[in-house]
Amino acid sequence: MLFYILRRVLSAISVVIVTVVASFMLFFVAPTDPAGVICGPKCTPDRLADISRSLNLDQPAVEQIGLYFKGIVAGRDYSAGGVTRHCAAPCLGYSYILGVPVTDLLVKAVPVTLSIVFGGATIYLLFGVLIGTISARVRGTTLDKVSVGTSLVIGSIPYFIVALVIALYATFLPKSQYTSFFENPVQWASGMLAAWLCLGLTNSASYTRYSRASMIEALGQDFTRTARSKGISERRVVYRHGLRAAMTPVITIFGVDVAYQLVNTIFTERIFQLPGLGTRIINAFNQYDLPVLMGGVIVGATVLVVMNLVVDILYTVLDPRVRLG
Amino acid sequence: MTDQTVRSPQTVTRTPRTRAEGEEAYLEVSDLHVQFPTADGKVHAVQGLSYSLPLRRTLAIVGESGSGKSVSSMAILGLHDRKSTWISGSIKVGGKEVVGMSEKSLMSYRGADAAMIFQDPQSSLHPFFTIGDQIMESYRAHHNVSKRAAKARAVDMLGRVGIPNPSRRVDQYPHEFSGGMRQRAMIAMALVNDPKLLIADEPTTALDVTVQAQILDLISDLQRDFGSAVVFITHDLGVVAEIADDILVMYGGNAVEHGPVEKILGTPLHPYTWGLLESIPAVSGTPGPLHPIPGSPPSLLAMPTGCAFHPRCEFKDRVGGDLCRTLKPELISRTADQGRTSRCHLKEPDKVFETEVLPRLP
Repeated sequence: MLFYILRRVLSAISVVIVTVVASFMLFFVAPTDPAGVICGPKCTPDRLADISRSLNLDQPAVEQIGLYFKGIVAGRDYSAGGVTRHCAAPCLGYSYILGVPVTDLLVKAVPVTLSIVFGGATIYLLFGVLIGTISARVRGTTLDKVSVGTSLVIGSIPYFIVALVIALYATFLPKSQYTSFFENPVQWASGMLAAWLCLGLTNSASYTRYSRASMIEALGQDFTRTARSKGISERRVVYRHGLRAAMTPVITIFGVDVAYQLVNTIFTERIFQLPGLGTRIINAFNQYDLPVLMGGVIVGATVLVVMNLVVDILYTVLDPRVRLG
Repeated sequence: MTDQTVRSPQTVTRTPRTRAEGEEAYLEVSDLHVQFPTADGKVHAVQGLSYSLPLRRTLAIVGESGSGKSVSSMAILGLHDRKSTWISGSIKVGGKEVVGMSEKSLMSYRGADAAMIFQDPQSSLHPFFTIGDQIMESYRAHHNVSKRAAKARAVDMLGRVGIPNPSRRVDQYPHEFSGGMRQRAMIAMALVNDPKLLIADEPTTALDVTVQAQILDLISDLQRDFGSAVVFITHDLGVVAEIADDILVMYGGNAVEHGPVEKILGTPLHPYTWGLLESIPAVSGTPGPLHPIPGSPPSLLAMPTGCAFHPRCEFKDRVGGDLCRTLKPELISRTADQGRTSRCHLKEPDKVFETEVLPRLP
């Protein structure tokens, strides 16, 4: 088991490295001119050369990638216009536009996004599974039809419409703002509430359907009949035997889904004006701020790989058949 | 929850008893009907089945798929979904009426008075719980004991069904067991509460032949030890000869022949039973073509008029007055032997069997 996890961690790290190299190639080696962008329209050739040198753009691509990784692992020094700034590890470079270390920007943005996504995900997982399970139990009844119909309707409304409706009409909710959890947990939660509701509401629809389908399948399995034949309560049959089997595929979807949510919270962040990762990346994109984009890519890739790893490990816990060694 | 209509038990036409008198029936099924309403109409899966079974005896229920063997047996445990099943008639187990029993009484009845072994142990055991867990759950459902005591009981049961090293195996998962071992574990689980009625629904179908024999032996041995009544559902007449005391042949949701095993396999009286015997491939002797029964089982939505078997029966024109097509035969004694019954209009079926069918048998 330990060996398995170790192997998976190593392969996860290599995936991130490959992603970084590939993005680096795309962004830095492609025929773009970052120095020109920074220098602006009234640029002298001297100034341009100086900027290129300070960004190491005059060096071969391999060298640049090497320096980039060195920065991540050990930190690196930037010198521009005779001034040298040390960028401590993990250094992802400086934002061209804001002139601050990318690491600092991300350290501020990531907790916001994490708060939105994990809060929202908790809501939609709980509600989706709960409603889906109840729906599966009363399959075919009016209650089931209402819940399936509602989830279909909510699931078909574009996400940003739901977000807008909440932002515009649910004014009784506390004002959206980000406060660190460690500073003031109550304020953190109340500031996040609107975003959570939005994320939770829209996604619970699909989780209701996953859970319902998965639960119906589990309840139709032979082992459910065996459980009934033992003389245990129907509640126990459904929640111990059925739900346990039904949740495995749902958890798998959930893990990967949360990872994507982390990278795609841009709507939520924009509408509720929360300074998260999505906002940061979109700004960087518009301003051609390559180091920040690279940082976003690294965080995104890492999150995806880590969540996949978590799901795989969780899977071995949930399903003894895939347990190894 | 009220969709199910329960008719009060009707007058029972008891099948004649074939065994020594004085043995009281532990399981008594009378005029059992099971129907499933579907979009196409009511599927009449069991159509007035009656039989009885005392303790320490094994009844084999034989028939093709769709003959109602499993459906009628699931009804004995009350396993049909109340909302989508219509059951009438009476099933008495140890004096308790199962048809229309409340959910609460069913809970204390299932597993304790009657237990079931299912066809495919691979899918019938929960893949995510250990074998011990699953056996303990059954035991603790009916005994108010500590986990430790339940586990000791589980280990004991695993040992009794012939699983080596039970104290280690008890903590393993079903996928760590072989097919035969899994079925042994299923049997241990079914017997953990000492039920007086054991229903085995094709317990050897999913197993390979050498393991089949072991499982059959095990069930016979355990039956002797526990003194229970066993209903053994199968479509394998070879298995029947080995394990059963009585046979009930089912066709189209009804019994067509019922009696002691040696008589029914020796001189079967119903053309359907003849067909079953003929379709067994001969292992020794000259290999020849198989002789399946022509046609297929009747649709339970639209049963043929008269005898349900007549569309596939080669003897239907032997009966005068076109009776086979118009009148459903009764399940009654057809020969001098009062200990067995069959549902066929044919005159002197024993002679027909001996002169025409026996020579053809492989």
